[in-house]
Amino acid sequence: MSTAAIETRGLVREFKKGPRAVDGIDLRVERGEVYGFLGPNGAGKSTTVHVLTTLLPPSAGTARVAGYDVVKQGAQVRAAIGAALQEAALDPFLTGREHMKLQTALHGMHGREGRERGETLLARVGLTEAADRKVRGYSGGMKRRLDLALALVHRPRILFLDEPTTGLDPQSRSALWAEVQRLASDRGVTVFLTTQYLEEADVLADRVGIIDHGQIVAEGTPDALKEEIGRPSVEAVPADPEDLPPTREVLGRFGETVAASPKSAAVRLAGGEAQLAEVVRALDREDIAVEHLQLHAPTLDDVFLAKTGRSLEGAGADREEGEDEPSGAATGGRLAGQEA
Amino acid sequence: MTRSTLALQVGMLARRSVVRTMRQPATIIPALLFPLLLLSINSSGLDSATELPGFPTASYFEFALAIAFVQGALFSASSAGTNVAADVETGFLNRLSLTPLRRVALLLGQLAGILALGLIQAVTFLTVGLAFGAGIAAGIAGAVVIVALSLVMSLGFGCIGAFLALRTGSGEAVQGVFPLLFAALFLSSMALPRDLIETDWFRTVADWNPVSYMLEGIRSLVIAGWDGEALALGFACAGGLAVLTLTATTAALRTRMART
Amino acid sequence: MRRGGFTTVALAVAWRSVHNYFRNPAIAVPGLLFPLFFFTAFAGGLSRVDSVPGFDYESGYTAFVYGFVLLQASAFGGIFSGFAIARDFESGFSRRLMLAAPRRAAIVAGYWLAALARAAFNVAVITAIALVAGLDIAGGGLDLVGLYTLALLVNAAALLFGSGVAMRLRTMQAGPAMQVPAFLFMFLAPVWVPYELLVGWVHAAAAVNPITLVLEAGRGFIAGDPVKVLPAFAVSIGLAALALLWARGGLRSAERAA
Repeated sequence: MSTAAIETRGLVREFKKGPRAVDGIDLRVERGEVYGFLGPNGAGKSTTVHVLTTLLPPSAGTARVAGYDVVKQGAQVRAAIGAALQEAALDPFLTGREHMKLQTALHGMHGREGRERGETLLARVGLTEAADRKVRGYSGGMKRRLDLALALVHRPRILFLDEPTTGLDPQSRSALWAEVQRLASDRGVTVFLTTQYLEEADVLADRVGIIDHGQIVAEGTPDALKEEIGRPSVEAVPADPEDLPPTREVLGRFGETVAASPKSAAVRLAGGEAQLAEVVRALDREDIAVEHLQLHAPTLDDVFLAKTGRSLEGAGADREEGEDEPSGAATGGRLAGQEA
Repeated sequence: MTRSTLALQVGMLARRSVVRTMRQPATIIPALLFPLLLLSINSSGLDSATELPGFPTASYFEFALAIAFVQGALFSASSAGTNVAADVETGFLNRLSLTPLRRVALLLGQLAGILALGLIQAVTFLTVGLAFGAGIAAGIAGAVVIVALSLVMSLGFGCIGAFLALRTGSGEAVQGVFPLLFAALFLSSMALPRDLIETDWFRTVADWNPVSYMLEGIRSLVIAGWDGEALALGFACAGGLAVLTLTATTAALRTRMART
Repeated sequence: MRRGGFTTVALAVAWRSVHNYFRNPAIAVPGLLFPLFFFTAFAGGLSRVDSVPGFDYESGYTAFVYGFVLLQASAFGGIFSGFAIARDFESGFSRRLMLAAPRRAAIVAGYWLAALARAAFNVAVITAIALVAGLDIAGGGLDLVGLYTLALLVNAAALLFGSGVAMRLRTMQAGPAMQVPAFLFMFLAPVWVPYELLVGWVHAAAAVNPITLVLEAGRGFIAGDPVKVLPAFAVSIGLAALALLWARGGLRSAERAA
């Protein structure tokens, strides 16, 4: 039997209208790993998660989660996983504690066991004080925390987080990251995380899979991926704004141009860091006084750019409205509705 | 890990459904007040209709009381639909799908909310009716049967709302259907007994409209006492609607909770 | 920078409202469907009521109901236009209008023109259907002028009332605040039977409700037998004037907040 926590072969999911949302994905996530699924809006991240969490059947290919087939052994999969999906799936009229009570009861924990489990989790996400307030009055960060706590009720071995920090303020985001890291390191929980934030994937993930248009275009540890691109970029701001065009021309001799602010010129150094000295000498020869010179290490965005020809930041805008995977809450429900 | 039994699951979901309904006074109060307001206005406004030869009672108020129960059931459709649509839209349905929850428990749980509101409405209208001088010809037992018939209607109409919500996932679509349901109420023996409707096409529509029989079932208990035929027809229509819409809702839920 | 004159602004606002109205069935349909539906249900279902002793309206029950439905369509047409204003406030579009137009009263005038256009359309459709259904208008040209002028005044009063509420509350919650008074005004009146046949508290309410006079005059025009013309016009002009003051106050309130 496979030791992988999550394994897919040729996973495909298509809908009646539009292109394939998931177009042949092969994945293998080991137990205890934190796997980051990075891609722009509409790339197929959420759809993949919905298939892996049994909310949608695949159109083709196979997927095994916790050793069980997602199609034939759905109930066993569900017992082994927890999921916090794109919108915190909460009932605005219930309190935090009532949500917890419902969730623990549905997972077969009654009476004292359920209560204790509920209180433990609420304390862990810092919601004990707010537990008796209706969720309608919770902030975005509080809702996500409750969502996470509810996903952990039955001590799942595998946790799916679909864009868990989208729309959160920096503090809430850091707090959630800390909790995810703790879960992975202390409890050995396998975490499958989708995100459009580079930093999130960089910080949290052991390995990253970059997805675009339903396919994985790159996979590896963040460092390995960045090393593959290998080349840093240099950015120069001339002291005299009039010197910008010549600065661009000089820099252009050393590599391909990359995105920069309106006041600066930037290129990826074909020869690596070592070329920095030559760049400085070249600028000097042309008598260009430079106010600011900086070397940038490659980012995951550079990796995305290298693999797809587009920058991750702007890439989500590519897909038209109709083709987009529904990014709202009830993706599984809504997508299922489309099937009918 | 133990699995919770079906009964426990139903209990949990039912409790949640009732709590959620009760926490929305903005929905409950109109559902109670509107039918009563309309009842009051209509009774005063159309009292003279009782002078028409063949009118079954001298009190238009007693005649019109049945309408409140049907209107209440229509409000049920709207509120049930809105609640279920909210569950779809927020993704709460997905959350429930990922638990060992059985689909039938979810359905029964939702119905509990519908029936809770329906019960409050029925008891309120009955109480107000009695307080304002209506007499229930069929006595206390008749009052109980009125509540029962009212609950069956609430179920039937409530499931229309739930069905639409599950199919469309949209609260707005549910609201859009509301006027159609009111149309069904108007094109019935709502304002006059069927045999006093002059306009042929209207009477034909009223004859075929199941709402007419639901109204007449309740009306018969208030005005006439125990009228077996009226009751049978009333329960048959309300019950038939309930079975139909419940079946449709079950199917829609199966599609919506498309988990493998 | 050129700024529009009063007429230009009013027409521009009116065009936009009318355009939205006809392009968006979800908005257009209720205003037309409800009165139409009422007409069908009551003229069809309640027609026997004209046999009640004491019901002595010459032109028949269809005409009797038409008189009500005409006013209902006019009144609620005005109220639904008030909804549109509330919606504009909630979305922030009204701020754009107020910044662009030098004389804000022109904006309200524009909404009123749109409401008028809307009501005219609805009334035309309802009247056409009523005629097909056997509506018997005994009144002559002058009577019809009187009838539709009353409808116009009711429409204006309703719109101005609605806009006053919308401009003060500036959210869609204003909806019920407009609808409930309009509903009470229209229904605490001789809707299904003449005033003399009303009993109970509705009779008392109808006695003091200005709409009663307007209804009776309107029905008189339809029957070609004008009654209570002067009081009805006095009352409707009075209502419209009060509503105008109300709307003006609302405009001030909105300007302060913008």
